[in-house]
Amino acid sequence: MGKDILEEEGKKVILLGNEAIARGALEAGVAVATTYPGTPASEIGDTFAEIAKEAGIYFEYSTNEKVAFETAAGAAMSGVRSIVSFKQFGLNVASDSVPPIAYLGVRGGMVIVVADDPNCWSSGQSEQDSRYFARIAHMPMIEPSDVQEAKDLTKFAFELSEKFGIPVFLRTTTRVNHMRGTVKLGKIVEGKKVGKFEKNVKYRNFPPEIMETHKQLHEKLNQISKVYEASKINFFINQNAKVDLGIIVTGVSFNYLMEAMEELKLKIPLLKIGTSFPLPERMISNFIKRFKKVLVVEELEPIVEGEVKRIAKDANPKVVVHGKDVLPVFGEYRPEMIIQVLAKLTGRKIPEDLAESKFDPSKVEKRLAQLCPGCPHRASFWAVKKAVGPDKIFAGDIGCYILGIHPPINEQDFAVSMGASLGISHGIERATKEKPIIFVGDSTFFHAVIPGLINVVHNKGNVLVVVLDNRTTAMTGHQPHPGTDLTGMGEETKALMIEDIAKACGVENIKVVNAFNIGEFTKAVKEFYSLPGVSLIVARGECRLQTVRKIVRKGVRIPKFEFVDQPSGEEAKELEMFGCPAIRREGKKFYIDQNFCWGCGVCSQIYPGGIKAKVEK
Amino acid sequence: MKVFNLIVAGYGGQGVLSLAEIIQRAALKEGHDVRGVELHGLAQRGGSLLCQVRFGEKVYSPLIRKAGADAIIALEALEGLRSCYYGNKERTVIVTDTRVLNPSPLSEKKIDADNLVKEMKKFAKRIEVINASEIVEKLTGEIAMSNVFMLGYAIRMGVLPIKRETAWGRVSERIRPQFLEMNKKVFDEAFKR
Repeated sequence: MGKDILEEEGKKVILLGNEAIARGALEAGVAVATTYPGTPASEIGDTFAEIAKEAGIYFEYSTNEKVAFETAAGAAMSGVRSIVSFKQFGLNVASDSVPPIAYLGVRGGMVIVVADDPNCWSSGQSEQDSRYFARIAHMPMIEPSDVQEAKDLTKFAFELSEKFGIPVFLRTTTRVNHMRGTVKLGKIVEGKKVGKFEKNVKYRNFPPEIMETHKQLHEKLNQISKVYEASKINFFINQNAKVDLGIIVTGVSFNYLMEAMEELKLKIPLLKIGTSFPLPERMISNFIKRFKKVLVVEELEPIVEGEVKRIAKDANPKVVVHGKDVLPVFGEYRPEMIIQVLAKLTGRKIPEDLAESKFDPSKVEKRLAQLCPGCPHRASFWAVKKAVGPDKIFAGDIGCYILGIHPPINEQDFAVSMGASLGISHGIERATKEKPIIFVGDSTFFHAVIPGLINVVHNKGNVLVVVLDNRTTAMTGHQPHPGTDLTGMGEETKALMIEDIAKACGVENIKVVNAFNIGEFTKAVKEFYSLPGVSLIVARGECRLQTVRKIVRKGVRIPKFEFVDQPSGEEAKELEMFGCPAIRREGKKFYIDQNFCWGCGVCSQIYPGGIKAKVEK
Repeated sequence: MKVFNLIVAGYGGQGVLSLAEIIQRAALKEGHDVRGVELHGLAQRGGSLLCQVRFGEKVYSPLIRKAGADAIIALEALEGLRSCYYGNKERTVIVTDTRVLNPSPLSEKKIDADNLVKEMKKFAKRIEVINASEIVEKLTGEIAMSNVFMLGYAIRMGVLPIKRETAWGRVSERIRPQFLEMNKKVFDEAFKR
């Protein structure tokens, strides 16, 4: 379906926000696209992966976001247009290299897509507002509020970037990334594909010249602010309505406001801001002059609100600025919240059906995300628990295996950031003398684990590392990584072996086990956990979702397992603790739900003789 | 047409996203402006999954407001009840599969579909209950194509204002050729019920 993004100019198609961003880049003549996958941004890279060859551009899944950013920056420094995309935490990873690129500048347009995730739909680490980062980096930031703008403003961001020789942030939120809707397409442009690196002392970024560049950077931002004032990205609705309230809004909430006004039959003057940084100060200043009250609607931190309050000191000192006093500073906004706030501020009645609806979602039993049936991680968690018991310190990291936080697995005691499990565990071990067991994924290993691993070896730490090598970046949609033999362009490449890298890092005890072989795996954990120093086990087993897809595409039936004998006592308890969602109970009786069983057969190792492979009749 | 607000509910792995996307593309084909939201990533691993689809002359918000659904298509009954946040006694029509998948697989307690339906009725103008998974399993040997059945059934019951041909056209665009015939059988079966 991704091919819709290559449709011709003028056509109306249905696109995901992330696909629309990729299309916008193609309409701007992008030549190089990079990423490290992270939801809610993942489908931007995946779209490029699908169409890069056909569109004649270069795309890569980089080892991590810092490398992705640097690769895109190198291309833009050489005069071709580039785009890098990641989620908010990806920007944190890239951050060391980001501000210097604003100083040295780019010749080709460069867009940095950063996807924030209000409500943490797919972000377990923090509810970060990346708009602050534009201010740290001195880079302009543009913020689309819907799927059409996602495309159009990406194109605009490229033009702005190239005009001023500075990378431009395109900041999105989940509801824009994962909004699917109608997009009217523009023309795909063949951009400059071959650049030239021209030596320039400015690129050396060194004091004392750097202070002069810093000064120029501020001048540049002032000029950009003037471009913003005149652009259509910031616009008014109901500009001449005669009421004492005005609204300033950024991002997806604009849509909720438009519908809330319609429902409440209100016409309130509204300034929609698409340029998060720098803000169009003069527009804001002129706008707020005529009101008694101004409502600022922005998800997460009160950034625009603070600026409006500052501007109001000169422009209209008597105006009351509402924002986080009437709307929350955490979570995402919902249409009904906006209806209620508008009703309150204008004295309208809250719609009856909204006031009456008494649905209590907490009364419906929760259905949490979980590891898939047949997942090699579940087998790994089981083997480790079987070897050392449930009470050791289990370090968590970022990937599908984070779902091991839930019972009955309970083997992810903490999660911080990509690769953090190594450093945190080392610190815990230094402070407690207890030996942690660290779970990291294969893609995570390449992304951020290696320096932590070298550190525990060099500083004579005492940890056991279990690399859950499922041969893909599963959580974000099965992207390749340096341990696989395909690039993001679908070309064959050298697959790096985790055990070889661990060896080169100085780890002495290394073993590769089959994640689905509980006996072999348990033995290895027992042996290595008792050894002092740093040990590493690579638990190799393909992501079952991938295996099953391959089987189904061949037109073959997935193998299934079934109970031939009911378990009791210890066996029943073990099967419960294993926690496969296909093993279910009807009353007291255990059964394997044939709609879910993906035939990994690990349960038949836990209950040998009682569970057997089903023979197709 | 005023904006039509549809919730597609189920759990990760049921084809909730595909169904929502098929309906969106059908709505575009019939000349509507379309917007909606999906959940990706963590939410797909067997957890509750709710997609929103809105279409009409001009749609701004991708999100449906509380009590704002015109229709709810539930591929599983517990998820149907969960989506009643969007239900409205005056206007919501719910089409739900009778199948219940207990979120606690080892629980000895049975969740009764009739009770869930009774509860759902409090938040709906009308409810259409169908044992879709059972029908599909009998027809194909597995429940995987229930989403396509439910699409057909929602059209058949006049709940989803999309033409049968338009919907099937979008399904057939999406499906691998080897599975086309079986899906057609499942889709057509919905119109015999």
